[in-house]
Order: sequence, then structure tokens, then C-alpha cells
Amino acid sequence: MPSRSDTPDGDTDHVGDAAVSPPASALDPAPAGHPPARGVRPGGAALARTLAIGAGVLALLVVVSLAVGARSTPLGDVVAALLRPADADPTTVVVVRDLRVPRTVLGLLAGAALGAAGVVMRGVTRNPVADPGLLGVNAGAALGVVVALGLGRTDLATTVVAALLGALAAAAVVAAVAARTGSPARLVVAGAAITAGLTSVTTLLLLQDPTALDRYRFWTVGALTGRGLDAAAGVAPLVLAGLVGAVALSRPLDALALGDDVARGLGYRLGAVRAASVAVVVALAGAATALAGPLVFVGLVAVHTAHRLVGARHARMVPVAVLAGAALLVAADVVGRVVAPPGELEAGLVVAAIGAPVLIGLVRSGSVR
Amino acid sequence: MTAAGTTATAQPSPDGAARVSAGEVVRRLRAVDTRRGVLAVAGLGAVLVVLVGASLLLGDVRVPVADVLSALRGEPGPAAFIVTGLRLPRAMLGAVVGALLGMSGALLQSVVRNPLASPDVVGVTGGASAAAVLAIGAGAVGAGVDVAALGGALGAAALVVALSGRGVLGTRFVVVGVAVAFAATAVLGYALTRANLTAARSAYRWLVGSVGTAAWSDVARLAAVLAAVSLLLAIARRPLAALRLDDAAARGLGLQPERVRTAAVAGSAVLAAAAVAAAGPVAFVAFVSGPLARRLRGHGPALATAALVGATAVVTADLVAQHLPGSLQPPVGLVTGALGAPFLLWVLWREA
Repeated sequence: MPSRSDTPDGDTDHVGDAAVSPPASALDPAPAGHPPARGVRPGGAALARTLAIGAGVLALLVVVSLAVGARSTPLGDVVAALLRPADADPTTVVVVRDLRVPRTVLGLLAGAALGAAGVVMRGVTRNPVADPGLLGVNAGAALGVVVALGLGRTDLATTVVAALLGALAAAAVVAAVAARTGSPARLVVAGAAITAGLTSVTTLLLLQDPTALDRYRFWTVGALTGRGLDAAAGVAPLVLAGLVGAVALSRPLDALALGDDVARGLGYRLGAVRAASVAVVVALAGAATALAGPLVFVGLVAVHTAHRLVGARHARMVPVAVLAGAALLVAADVVGRVVAPPGELEAGLVVAAIGAPVLIGLVRSGSVR
Repeated sequence: MTAAGTTATAQPSPDGAARVSAGEVVRRLRAVDTRRGVLAVAGLGAVLVVLVGASLLLGDVRVPVADVLSALRGEPGPAAFIVTGLRLPRAMLGAVVGALLGMSGALLQSVVRNPLASPDVVGVTGGASAAAVLAIGAGAVGAGVDVAALGGALGAAALVVALSGRGVLGTRFVVVGVAVAFAATAVLGYALTRANLTAARSAYRWLVGSVGTAAWSDVARLAAVLAAVSLLLAIARRPLAALRLDDAAARGLGLQPERVRTAAVAGSAVLAAAAVAAAGPVAFVAFVSGPLARRLRGHGPALATAALVGATAVVTADLVAQHLPGSLQPPVGLVTGALGAPFLLWVLWREA
């Protein structure tokens, strides 16, 4: 990958940061046809403020997630259960430490991963509706997981490797279609086709084994209760590597947004950028799916939020989308816990209730043609 | 290309002997078109008959041709039950389901003027499936499930029409439909996780799309729906044809294009719902039938051809599914899904 010194646009970025001058906006790497975020382009201070507010909201959601549920727990008891489990009420300790902490951590990890994966997909496909769920990558990962299950392997390492392989196969097809067509609508339909084809195979495999079906029918709608903290810890390095990759790809993706020819002129090898992007998306989406099932719309909503708040530059979008994805998934999980007492609604279902209207709104606003 | 050839011969020849009037050109073109349509329908019909015949002969028990014929004549014999009780209803159900889906897809694709706008892509079959599984979970059986599937299909179609706005046209309709389809998948997931394991298992099997549990009553019901909607489409032939003009021209002919389109979308939803209620959402048949029919038929509405393509596709896929090596014997929807998804991707690839 080219180093920073290869890119002549290094200085223009600072112009854009320091002052909102008309010449800078001409170099704004917003893809043609997609209006930049409304209002004044935020500078570094505004980005920092957005991130601080986002982190605050996320922290609040984590606290709510630990306290709210079928059994509502006062904050003091939550803190006691976390810090001094020996002195606290044993039931509260079990509920908080063994049930709510794992699903919160899973939500944070999977949401962050899908948010970052969405940004990278948006950049590499130049498509405002890029989402690893919508475009079939998560369905590929899910098929991988179920194939591994069919071979009798339920351990974390095999599951993750199988998810990565499945995600890779689906992502390769999507990347090929995206490189060929510039139309977001066609790409979305391609994603729907991939999802439908892979899901029918997944369903068939699940039908061969009733106990697997019983367990995985909850997982396939996107639930945070399928795995524990050990799984989260095992997958965390993969997510971290993916996040680092997403940040590292932000400058090449900015260049790609200006068009293939411009990116080439700036010294980037398009094949290498695309391959690295696919690798990052596969790592992030595969990890998230192994943890929480094939979630659709998390990436879409997170990326759309980030684009609205901080504009189209990828280095800004990645951290905001990470926060937004994590917040969305944790919030969806909390809502799912309280919305249908005495039962629960899986987080993936709540996310779909939010995400489908967002997609329809994007289409109606004219940003998807 | 045939049409182009005719036009060329219709030009005044150098010696000026065969000067042909414009009306004559149109008449000849129509004749070519009709001939091609008749050929396509006859050819597909013959293929379908051969395939149904093959599905009567082949299976775990090979039935000799003579026994099949005597069973079809209604004579009691060793193979009578296998042929008329199991294999024929299965093949006929496959054919009718395929015809319903094929006609449903071609109708929607032609009024939306987009090959991607098929009921399985835009959430109509998804809505039918979700509503049917919800109804099964609530304890409905038989006609209750059919009504739920119809309501789900019409509801999803109405949602897509209402949300896409500005008439029923183009990619906006398709992408709004994809969003509705994913929403329907979520509702379906909800229904599946709430059902008990036995019900969920049969629902999952049904969701892949299967004609394995065919009964003559299903075949008769679906055939009635097919006949009724075909009749309505034949009556509405002129308004539907006028939709192929641009909207201003259609208005000039005294039509209201939006209304005709909305009615056609509803008709497409009814066809798809009937098929889904009986056999589950057999994947991609609705999507592939229209484009394939157009290839065979040349231009033209090609709804009857699309119905035959759909029927042929499902019967073929079911034959393949029954004779795959190993003990798997997958439902027919797996075969159509495995072949249809790459076909859709190929269409997108080619048209890019």
C-alpha cells in the first residue's frame, strides 16, 4: 500500500480541516452524486466533540444494558455485583455477571465490527447502501458456521474459520459485481440474491439436525445470547485487527471515492486496495457473525449516521461508525428485552425494524439509483 | 432478428416489383411474431409433457411405460397408486406452482419495466411466507394459512407500492422492495423462533419450497386461481399492452397508468401468494421465467410463455432434486435457489 508521502492530496486535507473554504470542498472526497453532510463540514474539534458525545451515549447504553431486563436491577446493585460479587445478592450477581455482561460485550464487539465493515464496504463499492448483511457477506459467514456445525464442530476456532471462509466467498462475489456495476440498486439486488441462495442452503443443512435447528434458529435472526465471554475474548483480536485495517484503509478509500483514474493517478494500486478492503470486511463481518448471527442493517445504519455527522472522509467515518454500530446493537438488545415481556425480542429483529425504514428513506431521498 | 429480416424483404426491391404498403409490413411482422409465440408455447408444452412423463416413470421404483399408461387410463394395476396417487399429483403441483410463479414474475417485471422486479426480490413472496408462518404458529390450518399468505403478499405489495411512490416504476420500486423483503425476513425469524420445535421444523422445510406432499385438492385449487387470473389478464390485455408505451401516450389513450399498474401488482401478488401457500416460496422461479420467456418469445408480453417456462423449471428442478446422488433428496426450492441465484447474478453482470 502506498505511503502517505505518495499522495499529493496530503496538504489539501489540512486546508479542509482548518477552514471551510470553497476550494477545499472541490477536493472533498464525497462520491459524485452523494451530497456531503449537511451544514458546515466539521473540523477536528467538531469530530472530537461528536466522538465524545458518541462515547458518552455508548457508556450510558452499556449501563442501561447491565441494569435493565426481565429483572430490573438498581444501579447500586449492578456496581456491587461487578466490583464486590462476594457481598452482593447472589441472584443479582448471576444476572449481571453471567447474563448481561456477556451480551453487552458481544453487542459492543459485533456492532463495532459491523459499523467499520460498513464504512469499508461503502468506500470500496462507492455505494451508500453497502452493508455486510444486505450484500450477503453475513449470510456467507452464517453458512460457513452451519457447515462447520454439520461436520460436528462447534468449537470457537473452527466456527470462526468457517465463518471467515463463508464470508470470503460471498464478499468475493459482491466485490466482483461491484467492480462491474456502478448502480447501488443492482448491487443491493445482487446482495439479496446471494443472501437468498445461501440462506436456503443453510436452512437445508439445519433441517438435517433437529437439535442444531433448535439452537440456530435463534442465532440466525441475530441474537446476542448465543455465545459467552470466552467467545468474545477469542474473537476480539480479529475484530481489533479488522478495525486497524479499516483505519489504515481510510486514505486509499478516500482516493478511490474520487474515481478509479484519480486513485490510480494518486499512486494507488486499485487491485491491492480492493483486495485489502475485502480482507478487512471479511474479518470484521465473519467475526461479528460468528458471535451474533447474520445481522442485517447494523452497518447500513451506522455508516449512514457517520456520514450524516462527519462527512464522507473515511478516517472520520470509521470511529463514528464504530461507536454508532456498537450503540445501535446494544440499544437494540435492550429494547428487545423490554418490548415484549415476559419474553424477549432478538436484537437482530429490533435492528431490522430500525434498518428497513432507514434503507427505504435512503431510496426515497434519491441517494440510491 | 427475424423481424429485422422481414423488414428488409419488405423494402422496395431494386426492380420495383414488390412495393409493399406499411399496413402489409405491420401484418407480416405480426405474423412472424405470432408464429414465434406459437412455436415457443408449443415447444415448451412438448418439453413439459415429456418431463411430466419422465417423472411418472422414474423414481425409487421404476414403473414400465405400459403400467404408467394403464394407470393413467384409470385401470387398477400394480403401479396405479404410485403413478396417479403420488407421482402425477407431485408433477402437476410442480407445474401449476411454476406456472403461477412464472406468470406472477413476468407480470410484475413487465409493469415495473425492470427485470429485477420479481415478487421474490421485492418481498411479495417474503410477505406471504411470513404471514403464513405467523398463522401456522397461531394454530391456523388449511384455508386459514392460504388466507394469511394472500394477506401477507398483498400487504407487502401494497407497502412497496405506497413507499416507492411516484407510480410503480424503476429501481426505486426494486430497492424499496428489497428493504421490505428483509423486513419480512425479520418477521419470519420472529415467527420461527416463537413456534415450537416441531412446527418450526416443518415451517423451515416448507420455506425452502417443496412439492413433495402434493394432493389433488391443492392442484385443483391452484389451477382455479391460475385460470381465474389468466382470464382477468386476457380481459385487461389492452390496458396492459398500453403500459408499454410511455405514460403520457397511455393517458392519451384514456388510461390511468398508475391504476393499471397497481392492479397488475395486486394480480401478481395473488398469483405468487397462491403458489407460496401450497408449496412454499420456491426460490427464483418467478425471477427467471420472465427473462427466459422473452428470449424464447422475442418481444411481447409473454405471460403465457413465462407461465410455461416456470412450470418447466419447477418440474425439471423437482426431477433433479429427486435424483440427486445420496440420500439427501432436497426440496425443489433448493435446486431452483442453487441455479437461480447464479442466474440472477449473471443477469446483473451482463447488464452492467
